[in-house]
Amino acid sequence: MTYIAKPKFHHPGLPKNDLGYTRRDYEGKISTLCAGCGHDSITAAIIEACYELSIEPHRVAKISGIGCSSKTPDYFLGNSHGFNSVHGRMPSVLTGANLANRDLIYLGVSGDGDSASIGFGQFAHSIRRGVNMTYIVENNGVYGLTKGQFSATADRGSKSKKGITNTDNAIDLVAIALQLGATFVARSFSGDKSQLVPLIAAAIRHKGASFIDVISPCVTFNNHAGSTKSFDYVREHNDAVNRLDVLIGREPITVDYAPGTVQVVEQHDGSRIALRKIDADYEPHDRVGAMTFLQKHAAKGQIVTGLLYVDPDAEDLHEHLNTVEKPLNRLEADDLCPGSAVLDKFNAGLR
Amino acid sequence: MKPTDISAPDYFHKVVDCQWACPAHTPVPEYIRLIAQGRYSDAYMINWKSNVFPGILGRTCDRPCEPACRRGRVEETPVAICRLKRVAADFKDDIKQRLPHPGPKNGKRIALVGGGPASLTVARDLAPLGYHCTVFDADPQAGGMMRTQIPKFRLPDSVIDEETGYILSVGVEFKGGHRIESLKKLMAQNYDAIFVGSGAPRGRELDIPGRKEAASNIHIGIDWLSSVSFGHIDKIGKRVIVLGGGNTAMDCCRTARRLGGHDVKVIVRSGFEEMKASPWEKEDAISEDIPILNYLVPVSFNHDKGKLTGVTFQKVRAEYDAKGRRSLVPSGEPDQTFACDDVLVAVGQENAFPWIERDCGIEFDKWGMPKVDPKTMASTNPKVFFGGDAAFGPKNIIWAVAHGHDAALSIHRLLSGEDIKERPLPEVHVTSQKMGIHEWSYDNDVSTEKRFKVPHRDKVVALKDIRAEVELGYDVKLALGEAHRCLNCDVQTVFSTPLCIECDACVDICPMDCITFTKNGEEADLRQRLKAPALHPSQDLYVSPDLKTGRVMVKDEDVCLHCGLCAERCPTGAWDMQKYYIEMTHAGSSCPTKSRSAA
Repeated sequence: MTYIAKPKFHHPGLPKNDLGYTRRDYEGKISTLCAGCGHDSITAAIIEACYELSIEPHRVAKISGIGCSSKTPDYFLGNSHGFNSVHGRMPSVLTGANLANRDLIYLGVSGDGDSASIGFGQFAHSIRRGVNMTYIVENNGVYGLTKGQFSATADRGSKSKKGITNTDNAIDLVAIALQLGATFVARSFSGDKSQLVPLIAAAIRHKGASFIDVISPCVTFNNHAGSTKSFDYVREHNDAVNRLDVLIGREPITVDYAPGTVQVVEQHDGSRIALRKIDADYEPHDRVGAMTFLQKHAAKGQIVTGLLYVDPDAEDLHEHLNTVEKPLNRLEADDLCPGSAVLDKFNAGLR
Repeated sequence: MKPTDISAPDYFHKVVDCQWACPAHTPVPEYIRLIAQGRYSDAYMINWKSNVFPGILGRTCDRPCEPACRRGRVEETPVAICRLKRVAADFKDDIKQRLPHPGPKNGKRIALVGGGPASLTVARDLAPLGYHCTVFDADPQAGGMMRTQIPKFRLPDSVIDEETGYILSVGVEFKGGHRIESLKKLMAQNYDAIFVGSGAPRGRELDIPGRKEAASNIHIGIDWLSSVSFGHIDKIGKRVIVLGGGNTAMDCCRTARRLGGHDVKVIVRSGFEEMKASPWEKEDAISEDIPILNYLVPVSFNHDKGKLTGVTFQKVRAEYDAKGRRSLVPSGEPDQTFACDDVLVAVGQENAFPWIERDCGIEFDKWGMPKVDPKTMASTNPKVFFGGDAAFGPKNIIWAVAHGHDAALSIHRLLSGEDIKERPLPEVHVTSQKMGIHEWSYDNDVSTEKRFKVPHRDKVVALKDIRAEVELGYDVKLALGEAHRCLNCDVQTVFSTPLCIECDACVDICPMDCITFTKNGEEADLRQRLKAPALHPSQDLYVSPDLKTGRVMVKDEDVCLHCGLCAERCPTGAWDMQKYYIEMTHAGSSCPTKSRSAA
């Protein structure tokens, strides 16, 4: 919590994007979370990604549920649409909004409580339906708003701040998202923006259900020895399979990569992701392979990060339902009621 | 890069750009905060201790602090530091009780030649220590050029009387109307030390055809200004040309406007931008309907029967060679003549030491200037010191004060049997400003107000009365608004490496993108890899020792707003806001060794 507003001044050398906005133009109100909260770093990463993609703020809808993480949409994209829904109900509200207006970019922001406990079913169904969205879980393994009880993503055997050991098994949201058919699945860490920012940018450009699980240490209740979601633990056990650069437009790849280390993935909208392989054998187009890889490394106590799975030719819910190109909320009476002549023709077809 | 040593007194001093740029190193943010709190007397005393003439400087200083002010790198204009100093002087209570008392005499006698700012500073520093200081001046009253050359509409006598009075009241003997004609004779009177603060009293001549013939209407600027000041001159012709582009020229033209000059113009050799006059003085002249014409070199004074009729100029343009050096070359256009009744020549000042015999142990260089050590202000005669314009040629009041402090320290050390080359370190205090979880003992909410204008007297009234001060000074409300524009650069961001958990909170919140966590490297390389480009190599990088991840914290000090948000968002207190206060070493400073108080 901070009492003063962030000063309006910015660095005189701050660059502008194609729309003439600086990164500062994508900020929201000042955060009221605890000082040092990982969620604030994710907020900064979302701001950076939207700035880099030159997204028009009024084309974004940010939707959240309840929890520390779900407060964060107030802290970024102050000129975008927002909906702070009931606990765990973000996916339903997002699905509804997406059906009504397919033209917006949907950012679903949730936490481990919101998505792995009360809203677990909601999460599952929005993923399996392939809603075109970027679903970000700010995952700290504890219920921070209620003083730090274990959440459903806390690892079995990890310790609370008071020293109590967690005896429940953890839900791995990445594994579930893979299993339910998400077409862009990634994991990252709030303390590693160089990995997180391009992941968010690539997810926004992805058409279909994109899911990013971001480990985000709770400095107040879950950043101690014995925690598996602390800054130190994640840094020590982070096993990144790749790092990526998002390339917009047709310009050739000018970054100098060592031969054989880069894999270019072209997405539906023409944007390309240059994946710099860290694990040479990792194949991000193999869903079953990804699930196996994840389970094996989780058993060794390693946290696999990076772009774990992507289907560049994915379809989304609107394609499944065969809806019209024009957003449903802009259909006028004339579109919806084409007149008796059309009705007669239609009826004739059924005779 | 090596980790930054923040215990070196200069490191944080440089971050306080205004104080670093000030020759006397006045603690600017400290006194501006006191003004904001309405503690005008306290603000005045901080100034008085450091720069001796707050009321005078608050009206006339060349303000090297303002171009240095960090605010000028963040938005268009710096804080009006100079005019806030005047606020402290205008609104203070009676401070006489706070002046040092003349101490018991130590039996040592100091002679000071010239009653201007340099000599008065030396006397003020030394008299309370028990030295018997005698100031000699040809003029009847103390003040030197501050009294004779600065027009009264910029600096009223009452202010000079008050502030020279404070110095004379600490037990300084002033011998007015007593010109020193021979240094030898003065030395013969067995003073323990002599300080020469006799200024640069000679106006430079302009020896072009017609100078002698039309002499009765051609005046040397500084002499003319002092004659006006003493009331010997009270009128001038209707059409006046002022030659020269410095602050003296600005004073001349504005004075001429008040003595009957209707058509007054300033004509300079160089371009308008390269003129030596301060931008605000040029503005003031222009606003009094005085045009400034540039790229015109005077070639002759025209006269008819011994009376000046005008001045002819050659038109020139500027050419720059490969090294960027400028030369003025004739443009080939026909010469231009301006008719006029009087000319004021303000093309520079020179030093003159006809009263210093060349065999009294003081060496002079080939330009006729004494050889003076810029640190100790000592001449080649160990008992004779120089300061102000007399030392290195014409500068300004605040440099004279700085010289005075240095010379006084040298004299005190010399007469205490100490090495004058050894300069004691300044006293530095660094104190945490944390009051509560998000509370600081300074106002960290950055004001976005633009610079407030100082109210001026109505022009018609001002031009009628040569003694009517043009600037009226800020009122309390304007002063408060302007004071809030100060960024408190003396409240330093202090980083503690062992406490940092590298959570990025400070990086994310910093409005100016000052902070980066990255791999260490050479400075030039590191400057390229920061979150925002490091634009000014003269502004330091603050580099931490290695952190847990092997990276370092790098902070570009350049445009930091000192808003304290890094410290507010830091979960572990690795960042703290600590006020840095440096007291420059003056004669008699009680603590000659390095001292640092921990937070």
